[in-house]
Amino acid sequence: MFELIGIPPQALLGQLFLGLINGSFYATLSLGLAVIFGLLHIINFAHGAFYMLGAFAAWFGLTHFGIGYWSALVLAPLIVGAAGIAVERLLIARISGLNVLYGLLLTFGLALVVQGLVRNFYGSSGLRYPVPADLAGGKNLGFMFLPWYRGWVLAISVVVCLTTWFVIERTRIGSTLRAAQENPGLVEAFGINVPRLVSLTYGVGVALAAFAGVLAAPIYSVQPEMGADLLIVVFAVVVIGGMGSILGSILTGLGLGLIEGLTKVFYPEASNVVIFVIMVVVLMIKPEGLFGSAQ
Amino acid sequence: MPDGTRPPRLTVDGLNAWYGPSHVLFGVSFDVAPGEVVTLLGRNGAGKTTTLRALMGMLPKRMGSILFDGVETIGLPGRRIARLGMGYVPEERGIFASLSVRENLFLPPEIAPGGASEEEIYGLFPNLRERRFSRGTQLSGGEQQMLAIGRIMRTGARFLLLDEPTEGLAPVIVEQIGRTIAALKAQGFTVILVEQNFRFAAAVADRHVVMETGRVVDTIPNDQIGASMGRLRGYLGI
Repeated sequence: MFELIGIPPQALLGQLFLGLINGSFYATLSLGLAVIFGLLHIINFAHGAFYMLGAFAAWFGLTHFGIGYWSALVLAPLIVGAAGIAVERLLIARISGLNVLYGLLLTFGLALVVQGLVRNFYGSSGLRYPVPADLAGGKNLGFMFLPWYRGWVLAISVVVCLTTWFVIERTRIGSTLRAAQENPGLVEAFGINVPRLVSLTYGVGVALAAFAGVLAAPIYSVQPEMGADLLIVVFAVVVIGGMGSILGSILTGLGLGLIEGLTKVFYPEASNVVIFVIMVVVLMIKPEGLFGSAQ
Repeated sequence: MPDGTRPPRLTVDGLNAWYGPSHVLFGVSFDVAPGEVVTLLGRNGAGKTTTLRALMGMLPKRMGSILFDGVETIGLPGRRIARLGMGYVPEERGIFASLSVRENLFLPPEIAPGGASEEEIYGLFPNLRERRFSRGTQLSGGEQQMLAIGRIMRTGARFLLLDEPTEGLAPVIVEQIGRTIAALKAQGFTVILVEQNFRFAAAVADRHVVMETGRVVDTIPNDQIGASMGRLRGYLGI
């Protein structure tokens, strides 16, 4: 087979595919962050902890109750989303209207507490979650090997991201959400329960994170810090994409995953920092982010 | 006209309100009869817009009494007041930039049966039909005002608060808004209108409530407006 600048195509395509998988996690998580920030003006530092809780809920369900992967994919986001609504009602709602730093501190502290609790009970060495039997194995496509599970993760992530985009941009509830981002006082004066909308939005954003966590469980090791490590990269993704656009967060997430994968092929030493280098460049050239609006 | 036989739809009694630490309304009292068009007149900063915002439950701290169709609304959140049948057209129209014209139109939930249908609203304001998929803020000022009024007519609310609907609009649009308000009145709508354009106010209103520095200082029935012109000039500085 041919080689591209000394790189065999299998290695190149394999790494690009891995990059897309990482990118789909970036996209799903940054989407939730963007939706939450848009309405609550909260930089949700607990997002990684909710992602981790999603993965843990799947592991816990399987280990203690024999709840399989497919049920976990539905149940874990519901349970973690409900916990998110409780957190919003009991804690975050009390600091609404204060400086954005308070929300950051509150959610950061919350993330530390949740991670600490999980570490206390399950240690930090990592738990194994098996690939569901339906999606075990894969197929050699000739130019690369495609593991079914990873193909599924990429496909469902894109579907979930596009569905979220559709709901926000094309439905009645989405237009109410956009209006509430612009002028919550007026939306309330039209007879709409804005505090409930805020709680629901937080719950859905957090449920998206938990969904990503369940998807991640068979790929990455399930351990308390898994979300915190990922979240740092996701924040860089959000800064690069800008907070303004839903479609922007999806494209930025996938695109940066690809760039990271490419870097692993051509200059592996830089793969851990390439996203942050891009972030610095974007901040210098277009501080509001690639898809953000200058405000 | 207040006819004295039916109870007022709205009775405001000793309304005080605050923006943060600043006290902005001082014992405002007036009432509005069913089917009446009442204007709030006064100079800039007299408290007219603030009064509407207080009625709508949009100020964090309010005291006194606001009886709306017999329900005390002073402690209710804005969404409950809207559900009682009070429709709000805010100053500067409150059109949402990230929503299309049609999405703006359908944003407020229906709170009572009998609201205008989408077709009726387009019939009244044909421009909106042509622009229905445009972003709300791509409309001209006049079209935005029509959208803001149409949006509230769709909900079935029959008690409307209109905050300076003619501000910054061309005379031909002002006339159209005037005809719309007259048509609403003929259909039995009750309206509180905040207006700087005194001639416009005199053409559509039954009664004028004059405000100064957060207080009601006078009430002038529209049929006595000629005789009260001197007084009114003093209040408004016109």
